[in-house]
Amino acid sequence: MSKLKQALDAGEFVITAEAGPPKGTDVSQMLHHAEGLKGKVHAVNVTDNQSSVMRLGSLAGCHLLLDQGLEPVFQLTCRDRNRLALQSDLLSAHVLGIRNVLALTGDHVLVGDHPQAKPVFDVESVQLLQIIERLNCGRDCATKSGRDELPDGTELQGKTEFYSGAVVTPEADPIEPQLIKFEKKSEAGARFFQTQAIYDLDNFAQFMKFARQFEVKILAGILLLRSAGMANYLNKFVPGINVPDSLIAELKEAKDRAGDDKKLAAKNQLDAGIAIAARQIRSIHESKVCDGVHIMAIGLEAKVPRIIEQAGL
Amino acid sequence: MIISKQKPFKEILACLEGVERVFLVGCGDCATVCQTGGEDQIVEMKQRLEAEGKKVTGSMIGESACHILNMKRELRQHKAEVADAQALLVMACGAGIQTFSEVLDKPVYTANDSLFLGNVQRFGHFSEHCSLCGSCIVNETGGICPITNCPKGLLNGPCGGVDKGMCELDSERECAWVKIYNRLKALGQLDKLRKLQSPKDYCSAEKPRMRVIERKGSGTQGPGTQGPGTQGSVTKGGGK
Ligand code: SF4
Ligand code: SF4
Repeated sequence: MSKLKQALDAGEFVITAEAGPPKGTDVSQMLHHAEGLKGKVHAVNVTDNQSSVMRLGSLAGCHLLLDQGLEPVFQLTCRDRNRLALQSDLLSAHVLGIRNVLALTGDHVLVGDHPQAKPVFDVESVQLLQIIERLNCGRDCATKSGRDELPDGTELQGKTEFYSGAVVTPEADPIEPQLIKFEKKSEAGARFFQTQAIYDLDNFAQFMKFARQFEVKILAGILLLRSAGMANYLNKFVPGINVPDSLIAELKEAKDRAGDDKKLAAKNQLDAGIAIAARQIRSIHESKVCDGVHIMAIGLEAKVPRIIEQAGL
Repeated sequence: MIISKQKPFKEILACLEGVERVFLVGCGDCATVCQTGGEDQIVEMKQRLEAEGKKVTGSMIGESACHILNMKRELRQHKAEVADAQALLVMACGAGIQTFSEVLDKPVYTANDSLFLGNVQRFGHFSEHCSLCGSCIVNETGGICPITNCPKGLLNGPCGGVDKGMCELDSERECAWVKIYNRLKALGQLDKLRKLQSPKDYCSAEKPRMRVIERKGSGTQGPGTQGPGTQGSVTKGGGK
């Protein structure tokens, strides 16, 4: 059974983090970072060719984490697999002991390092959740051609037992279609959500008012800011992320304190970023606005234990 | 219509290497509108090939290059010129050129790249809105096709990347799902957006597709689309 589910059902304040598989076969760094997370987080997402950049697979990554004694969340995108491959990978994940799946549509291949590739998108996140739900019921998603509704499918020799998750962007613009999609994802079988990075906790509380109508667990996305430059970049280029000016000023101030010393400026800013992340987590924990946090450190996974420590958790 | 664009001349020349006598074929339909197979383009191609030392034995602009029966008929009027040519250069779409590979034993080459089934926005401005999936869902989506207009072909609403209403992959194009949402909302049909769309049945998109309209009174059951491995007028893709 999913330990992530157990923790969430028990009402624990859940912390998840991420592990990015390497581009290549040397997994030592990934495993080293994962080791540092042991005992500090409830589960670790393994990303699936993140940003459409080809890497070691999330399935193998999850298996390695399991061996290491961590609870993995299998990120599964529809970009690289049709419905046969998705179901087959899900069965494979199950027999390897993986119990948590994060169903994603995936970025388009055009944004990655193989833009020449043919994107699949045979199904998308909502439908992938439907598929997982079917596998959990012991049937595949085969349909009689031409039927609108999913018929019973073919019975499996042994069903899966996945705890399904999905993502949501609480600051999407426009927000209403995103909320409708959130609703559809929960209807399709999502039991937990990890959100896109949030910085404005008042806005997030608004979103939570809506989300609380559904029987799903919500983990707020915490993205570690490493510099004022990164914050500006996120605001400019990453849809659905809004870093407030006050936080950018805080990072800028940390940078200026270092004067001309570039190295110190980087360190000061990272320290400030860690402090911001820790503060947010503490405030989410205290206000109990949602069920936990999902920490994204993108390349700085080694800092995650420090963030958690500073948050006092 | 089928939107096409001319290949780089260098590429055209490369496939005509060793060919001295060429017969040119244009198309009076889509390729004329796209300026890839109309009269002007045929004249220009003739001049350019001649400048390269090739002989153009003749040319024709078919009414519609994709119409096999008509093209056979039109070709008959150019029998000698075609016979004199070592190869045909077809300035039409991918369907058009295959009319000629089907009816002639000679080498046929295309001068164009076929791009998409397009709408004409205004003169010389084309855009793609349908990818001929074989089972149309636009009745559910406010008359806007997400399979084509959304780069990911999503069926249940926008992705998380929508950026102030614009598509994450092209900041100059409105997100298809925001368009659909706005339209359904304006029409009072938002309930359609709330409906879960199960995985799409892509059988109706399996290639190569064929369709035979049965003649009235022939005793068969009416129009049907025929795909490989099916018989009679059975519609491939579940009888839709
Ligand atoms: S749903 Fe299919 S048939 Fe309808 S417009 Fe889109 S691609 Fe064309
Ligand atoms: S932004 Fe809209 S149109 Fe672009 S990929 Fe996402 S859902 Fe599709």
